[in-house]
Amino acid sequence: MSFDSFSDFLAMGGHGLYVWLSYGIALAVIVINLVGPVMARKQLLADLLRRLRREGNN
Amino acid sequence: MNPKRKQRLLLVLFIVFGVSIAVGLTMYALSQNINLFYSPKQIVAGEAPVDTRIRAGGMVVDGSVKRDPNSLAVSFDMTDYESTVTVQYTGILPDLFREGQGIVAQGKMDSSGIFQAVEVLAKHDENYMPPEVAEALEAAGKMPQPEAEVFNK
Amino acid sequence: MAENKKWLPRWFYQMASPRWCYEFCGRLLPWFVVAAVLLLGAGTAWALAWAPADYQQGNSFRIIYIHVPAAILAQSCYMLMAVAGAIGLIWKMKVADMVAKSCAPIGATIAVLALATGAIWGKPTWGAWWVWDARLTSMLVLLFLYLGVIALHSAMESENTAAQATSVLALVGLVNIPIIKYSVEWWNTLHQPATFTLTEKPAMPMEMWLPLLVMVIGFYCFFSVSLMLRVRNEILHRERRAGWVRTLLEKA
Repeated sequence: MSFDSFSDFLAMGGHGLYVWLSYGIALAVIVINLVGPVMARKQLLADLLRRLRREGNN
Repeated sequence: MNPKRKQRLLLVLFIVFGVSIAVGLTMYALSQNINLFYSPKQIVAGEAPVDTRIRAGGMVVDGSVKRDPNSLAVSFDMTDYESTVTVQYTGILPDLFREGQGIVAQGKMDSSGIFQAVEVLAKHDENYMPPEVAEALEAAGKMPQPEAEVFNK
Repeated sequence: MAENKKWLPRWFYQMASPRWCYEFCGRLLPWFVVAAVLLLGAGTAWALAWAPADYQQGNSFRIIYIHVPAAILAQSCYMLMAVAGAIGLIWKMKVADMVAKSCAPIGATIAVLALATGAIWGKPTWGAWWVWDARLTSMLVLLFLYLGVIALHSAMESENTAAQATSVLALVGLVNIPIIKYSVEWWNTLHQPATFTLTEKPAMPMEMWLPLLVMVIGFYCFFSVSLMLRVRNEILHRERRAGWVRTLLEKA
């Protein structure tokens, strides 16, 4: 481990804000790019299924 | 390959190479403006405009840093291993400022050939290493220095 | 008149089938998800806790483990988008158009990540959030190209003309990629020369370099997952009238 304690780890030698902000943005970008398409798929399947049912009843 | 496809392939190649040539020529014409900073060699040779705000970059010469004990004024020399320019600056220098490392300063050349800087940025190289390795290299006198061509394109 | 001799491998034409592509990506997805989770998880922990700090930059150096993979990925994604667009243009392959369309939003967010982490890293190290040097400016141009492709696509009514127009735009902007790469060699820049090249030994010890490699591969795996998810959505939407899609929906 490069750090002696957890509070050292968080502080990052004074650069804590820079490091955690960067990793935080990275996490946000990764989550957006995964959750986005997964939710779109759910929506899409629901829409298509609804349309299929409606056409089946005509 | 069927002729229509070949035609579209040629169109694609034409776009890519056409744009590349156009952009290449533009970059060549503007190359002086694309450089972020003038090198000491260019400044000494008179290629940099006087009395206008410009950027100058170079390596800080060992032993040239002089700080005023009563204020934030500092002066140092910067070099590209071919020419050297003296820089004067009042203010807080970046954390990474040290002798043997690169800097990029913004300011004006005054009439006495000294660069009056209003901003000094640290230009670090791509050599990353843990503190222990750095200490060992410094002790052995083998610390990598920035190369001249980094300041002189 | 049997002029249609196929001079490309069979799998190239197979991929042109949306159904084949949908199912193939479906089989690959779980592997890439596992790989991404493992690599990004291990890489991040390594980067933050075990890799040494830099002798000059201290712990702000750890931003490299996000910034460099993001920058590399932003450029690779653009190249894929341009090549897929060209294939769509030349071979009129819809799957290629769908891949190109799916690359754009992912690439845009990754470019933002690269620029943001670069600025955040620049402040404590260089002393500035931003300078208009060749490297930074050309990366910003990359982001604008991505946004341009997205905007252009949404502005056009027909998917086919949208694909053609955005492919041309992507190809026009392709010259930006070698500019980004060589900007630090051709001109005086504040940004330092390349950390990561395929040909030379990196100017950093193994303990710093290995986690970087892990993060780069991890980011590529994550990109593959995101791309495959998006492409499969595109396929389902465009092929919604097809029999195989109806069967799939009924099973769901």
